[in-house]
Amino acid sequence: MRSVRREIMPGVFLTSLQTDKFRTGLLRVCLLAPLDRETAAKNALIPSVLCRGSVRHPDMAALGARLDELGGAELAPAVRKLGEIQAVGLAADFVETGSDTALEDMAELLGEVLLAPNTRGGLLLPKYVESEREKLLEDIRARVNDRTDYARGRLLELMCPGEAYGVDALGDEETAAEIGYVALTRHYRALLASSPVEVFYCGAADPDRVAAATVDALATLPRGELDLDIGTDIRLNTVEEQARVFTEEMDVGQGKLAMGWRLGDAMEDPDMAALRVLNALLGGSAGSKLFVSVREKMSLCYYIYSSLDLMKGLLLVESGVDPADYDRAAAEIGRQVQAIKDGGFTDGELTAAKRTVSSDTLALLDYPERLERFYLGQDLLGLDYGPEELAALAEDVTREDVIRAAAGLACDAVYFLRGREDEDGED
Amino acid sequence: MERTDYPALGLAVYKTVLPNGLAIYAAPRPGWRRAQAFFVTNYGGADRRFSLNTTVYDTPAGMAHFLEHKMFDMPSGSVDDAFARRGADADAYTSEAVTNYHARCTDRFGENLRDLLAFVSTPYFTPETVAKERGIIGQEIAESEDDPVFAAYMGCMKLLFGEGPLGDSIVGTAASIGDITPETLAICHKAFYAPANMVLCAAGDIDPAEVERIAREVLPGESGPLPERDYGPDTGLMPLETRAERAMDVSAPQFCAGVKLGPAAAEPEALKARLTAELAMRCLWGGHAPAYLELYEKGLLNDAFRYEPTYAAGVGYVCLEGESPDPEAALAGLLGAVERDMDPAFFARQKKAMQGGFIRMLDDFYDLADALAEGHFAGFDPLTAPEVLEELTCAEVTAWAREHFAPARFAMAVIRPKEA
Repeated sequence: MRSVRREIMPGVFLTSLQTDKFRTGLLRVCLLAPLDRETAAKNALIPSVLCRGSVRHPDMAALGARLDELGGAELAPAVRKLGEIQAVGLAADFVETGSDTALEDMAELLGEVLLAPNTRGGLLLPKYVESEREKLLEDIRARVNDRTDYARGRLLELMCPGEAYGVDALGDEETAAEIGYVALTRHYRALLASSPVEVFYCGAADPDRVAAATVDALATLPRGELDLDIGTDIRLNTVEEQARVFTEEMDVGQGKLAMGWRLGDAMEDPDMAALRVLNALLGGSAGSKLFVSVREKMSLCYYIYSSLDLMKGLLLVESGVDPADYDRAAAEIGRQVQAIKDGGFTDGELTAAKRTVSSDTLALLDYPERLERFYLGQDLLGLDYGPEELAALAEDVTREDVIRAAAGLACDAVYFLRGREDEDGED
Repeated sequence: MERTDYPALGLAVYKTVLPNGLAIYAAPRPGWRRAQAFFVTNYGGADRRFSLNTTVYDTPAGMAHFLEHKMFDMPSGSVDDAFARRGADADAYTSEAVTNYHARCTDRFGENLRDLLAFVSTPYFTPETVAKERGIIGQEIAESEDDPVFAAYMGCMKLLFGEGPLGDSIVGTAASIGDITPETLAICHKAFYAPANMVLCAAGDIDPAEVERIAREVLPGESGPLPERDYGPDTGLMPLETRAERAMDVSAPQFCAGVKLGPAAAEPEALKARLTAELAMRCLWGGHAPAYLELYEKGLLNDAFRYEPTYAAGVGYVCLEGESPDPEAALAGLLGAVERDMDPAFFARQKKAMQGGFIRMLDDFYDLADALAEGHFAGFDPLTAPEVLEELTCAEVTAWAREHFAPARFAMAVIRPKEA
């Protein structure tokens, strides 16, 4: 499976993976915009409004009927945050084996939904905009319902107050509540004209055929002056000398702990494979240091894991612990990070971490959606190698590489969500 | 192994039953990087009361799940290390009906399969490791209790099944797992982990003959006696109570409405019954269904809405879960659809879409192996679904829905936001 990447229209890049492994094709179109508090909610709202109806399929029932005819295809809004870039667009999954024109049909519908929305007098329909704005507000408010995600989101917000990274992929309530259909239409047209576009395809079709189908589907995409100044500011040092600690309360029994580190100097010339091995060693598997110490030895938690944002240069650790165990858990996590910086890991642990990264990376090749995310990430990081190459790089990581990658790690913020003090008495 | 071809799906599945009663399914997918093995026992959270060799056992809520956690210990220590050294991972989940252990890897599948079979079939429990696990599972329970979606689901299950085994959480409570000892774990392992009560499914870049050979080598040659299960008195088709409500820190009301489907159909009707239910729900409440779209447009539902059928403890039930400013109005709208006539063209499209969804499912090992295991225990071949589906008519699906989804048979639990 080889990836072919080419610019098929000005500022429109197609990454195409041809394989006969799957019965399913995946086609995704993402507009890339800078992540910014003022525009995040507007950008996030656009794909949902577009999925309400197009010129030819004016409402959800008509669109749904077309998707059913295409063999139960799915076309869904996709909104993501990648470093300090907001990627908004549409994701299509469809059965490729039933029809010779499955790809062309899907691409056509995707292009139509993206570029020819149901409008009146050139404006997006007020009832669609208002209805989807309310749902966006519901989604933003609903973040609190998933306690783990909420704790991570709050950590990032509090950890990066002056950085775009603190903004959520869906934006915030305040800016979302103010969106009107006239302003949104204007914003939509500007976004189409100015955004670099990433198209990803994985399926049986060859790259030329995919390019032709995509160019046809996106023929009416306006191309103005492209905003190519998108990227992520990497902060190497912590905001304050000591890690900032934030505690908030909610009606919960279990405490949610989220801790964030800056990768520091390792981001000057990042060794991506070594950083991934470092993450696997610390908290990336059931054999990792955090899992073994905090869960298996100390039995303080059910889940504990670390994760990386290589675009922003962050390492996070998340866990759920009894509030009474907060100090012990946070201290142990800190100790395990320090142990890696000091080279306190066995060759066996290192080998396991390398194999975990290598195996997980090769396994991407079985999952079209994960491949899409991988390749988009690689493009944004300016890297041009695929999963096989990354897996090989991971196998070559040495003890010294990991220690070097960990050297700059500095804890910047700790967030703890716990039960309300005044409710401790009740059970 | 016996090979069955599914030309329309481009798939072949190898099947055999070993002398010890273990069924094996293998679906080779050349070119795939990952190989996965699922070793599944027909033992879940609902299997609480049973008899083995005429002795009756009553086990606490959370038993099957606790046992799942403890299987990862071997006399030589945790098995996680061995898998990690090969870059593989081994994990498990417990549902109402089954405990599913799985290993995934991109290399050295034979060794990983061998270790998977070995640890799941080796009981090793000590007072120390059991006590330690109480802390870990205690946090899993605490997490589930803080989850409003789970709280709504459990509230609904209580309304439908009351004190029956389906009315309790699979993970149990801090109190219920307090009674679990190495001895009770050993009894449950003996009763439910006999090869004849299990199935092994493998998919990916695998050799079926190797799967069979390793299973023969690692597992005991004979199966022990199988337990008799007792799910308690039949609670009938009506909910025991119809409404429940509690407050939590949530952004908007979360609801779970449920309905009992009665005894699960046995083969040869099992697959047809399940597909009829699935298609009926897709037509009534799926993402393209008129009733759903109306409620979505009115702001009474958002895309958090979903429906899910479950078959466990010999019965079936369906849950409708979502978020709504007015759950009663949302439920009324959803149930109102049952009495409306179905547009035949719409019905035909849903059938086609469901067949497409089935084909897409085959691209995910996890779903494929899960479907094979579920089909094995319920006595059907899930890969014949497209053909069985083809036969279903609009009239029979409508009639099925009207019989099973009468509004009076629904119960609903709601989690409301706390007053500020």
